[in-house]
Amino acid sequence: MFKPRSILGANGLKKDEIVTILDTADTFKEISTRPIKKVPTLRGRTIINLFFEPSTRTRTSFEIAGKRLSADVINISGSTSSTVKGENLIDTAQNLEAMNPDILVIRHSQSGAAEMISRNIQCPVINAGDGFHEHPTQALLDLQTIRETKGSLEGLKVAIVGDIAHSRVVRSNIYAMKAMGMEVRLVGPPTMIPVEIQKLGVSVDYYLEKAIQDVDVIMMLRIQTERQNRYLLSSLREYSNLFCLTSKILEKAKDDVLIIHPGPVNRGVEIALDVMESERSLILNQVTNGVAVRMALMYLLLGGSDDSVN
Amino acid sequence: MTVLIKNGRVIDPANNLDATKDVRIVKGKIEAIDPPGKINIDEKGKTSVIDAKGCVVCPGFIDMHVHFREPGFEYKETIESGCKSAAAGGFTSVAVMPNTKPVNDTRSVTELMLSQARAKGIVRVYAIAAITQGLAGECLSEMGDLKDAGAIAFSDDGRPVMNNELMRRAFEYSKMFKVPLIQHSEMLDLTEGGSMNEGAVSTELGLKGMPVEAEDIMVYRDIALLEKTGGRLHVAHVSSGNSVDLVRQAKAQGLPVTCEVAPHHFILTDEAVRGYDTNTKMSPPLRTAKDVERIKEGLKDGTIDIIATDHAPHDLTDKQCEYQNACFGIVGLETALPLTLKLVDENIFSLSDAIKKLTSAPADIFNLDSGELSIGKQADVVIFDPDYEYEVDVSKFHSKSKNSPFNGWKVKGKVLHTLVGGKVVYSAAEH
Repeated sequence: MFKPRSILGANGLKKDEIVTILDTADTFKEISTRPIKKVPTLRGRTIINLFFEPSTRTRTSFEIAGKRLSADVINISGSTSSTVKGENLIDTAQNLEAMNPDILVIRHSQSGAAEMISRNIQCPVINAGDGFHEHPTQALLDLQTIRETKGSLEGLKVAIVGDIAHSRVVRSNIYAMKAMGMEVRLVGPPTMIPVEIQKLGVSVDYYLEKAIQDVDVIMMLRIQTERQNRYLLSSLREYSNLFCLTSKILEKAKDDVLIIHPGPVNRGVEIALDVMESERSLILNQVTNGVAVRMALMYLLLGGSDDSVN
Repeated sequence: MTVLIKNGRVIDPANNLDATKDVRIVKGKIEAIDPPGKINIDEKGKTSVIDAKGCVVCPGFIDMHVHFREPGFEYKETIESGCKSAAAGGFTSVAVMPNTKPVNDTRSVTELMLSQARAKGIVRVYAIAAITQGLAGECLSEMGDLKDAGAIAFSDDGRPVMNNELMRRAFEYSKMFKVPLIQHSEMLDLTEGGSMNEGAVSTELGLKGMPVEAEDIMVYRDIALLEKTGGRLHVAHVSSGNSVDLVRQAKAQGLPVTCEVAPHHFILTDEAVRGYDTNTKMSPPLRTAKDVERIKEGLKDGTIDIIATDHAPHDLTDKQCEYQNACFGIVGLETALPLTLKLVDENIFSLSDAIKKLTSAPADIFNLDSGELSIGKQADVVIFDPDYEYEVDVSKFHSKSKNSPFNGWKVKGKVLHTLVGGKVVYSAAEH
């Protein structure tokens, strides 16, 4: 049985481990459809959500996941800035650990933060996003969403479109998708494609219309307006002209292409409203599956309810 | 006081010497170097004898690039702790960079540093003063006055001179005083916010990269300026293969350019950053295996003149944090010898060439009266066992700071005794 110590990234997860997580998530998904949405699996367990970045979806998703498993969930939001030394971060984590939580969920603006914390405490850590590095639970919920519609993942082609360089979602998805035997194509302006990304076994394309023609899944990424200041973009207008997923562009795609987006969406900038609301769009399914995937990870990290008694 | 160092393999590149000899030191100076047994101990009891059998005896090492943090950041290192670290690493002379607080851009700071060093009397300390006032890159420092106070070279290390016009004038102005300018070559607009080399590893780790071109562009700019201005350029801690080529070409043109490399840049690559160990964060950053290969070629063919550590002590509070927030730099004085000897084992250069890059070569470039064992010279000597194997243990470092990526490494080559002016300033606790 797959029993990880922490979930710091999708990098290194093996195919059978991902399948275990997704299968477990499938069984947990049903709980959220019941009138009484709670099982006693993690009763008496404590989960701390430590979020140093603003987050609605991910933080709520972790909180609901814990609560539906009957764990006590505590939310802490911290502020961070480049002048705040990480010593404080380690101190914070060690202080929280001194109160004996069972899982620490961390979101931080700096790459490597989750790994650094896990090196300094014994408590299992779930990385809820660190800088531009990894966001493994997002990748897993993306896979679950694709799998439940397509049936299987092996051999599927995916185009990921947008600011690849500044996306932790992309990196986690590349690792997870490659492990599952999928083909990944990255699409965006060259200023937003990080150097040597091809070494991760992906291809790169600059032209949206051409890049989506043969794919099974299109993942659109949020474009952040402040990127303009670092010479990465001329304007949002031009970005939208070149990379917005519209119904017209979608005419070139396969009929059964799926559209996903990790959110939050810039409506009308990277994705047109009608596309977002079309039946090919699984954006809200992703959010629903996020709860199930996080329940599954909490369950697997704590080794199931039986161990908890001992 | 007389010291007799017996039976050692005496290597003195300046005099083309590599043979088993006895070295006699009288009143702080080299008095005789003769075949074993030839020197008699005539004044019994007054001669201190060091048996150097199986060891190398050579001029004390010279490190032209250290940060001793005093004044201003004494919690990281002081001149005293830095000197002790130097002595333990076999260094008898060091040159301290000016990025202290206050910056060494005025006579009073230079004098303070040098008087502190003299008061402690451990190793020889030379001061490198700032090219621009406050390292601000706006206004030239008083190079004449600073040289008079003891500064031997000028550098805005860590804060490269970005302004082209100012750098041109700095070269011109420095000619009056015949002092080399040392550049930390980095185009800051290309590296802003970066914390490691830009490449496959930075992409994977999600860390903003510092592209190698940032170094190359500035190395090229300085060489281009030098052709017309005259003056002397010493390129600090070369980490890029292309920069090695640029220096090679400039030397072929006969331009007065020299350069140094730090041991971590010929031992480690950016692969070491995986795991986010902040002791792999330095500027310039660790580069790729290809760069390391080309640096080794540069060491082999003499393009790279000297080895300098860029000893950059940082307290745990400055390193035990997120990678992006961590300070740049690692301590280097106490690991320089074993890391350099690795290249001897790899046949990159001979032991004598390695020692040259740590002794007579820096002395020649910076016009120091040391780095050789000639008769009558001050007796700055290191005795080391090139074959002694041990594990690097940062907790035993004499430096105040322990920020080294080499902790736990199995290495070969240990300093046993360091003598400055004939006085033993360091002896290994165990051997």
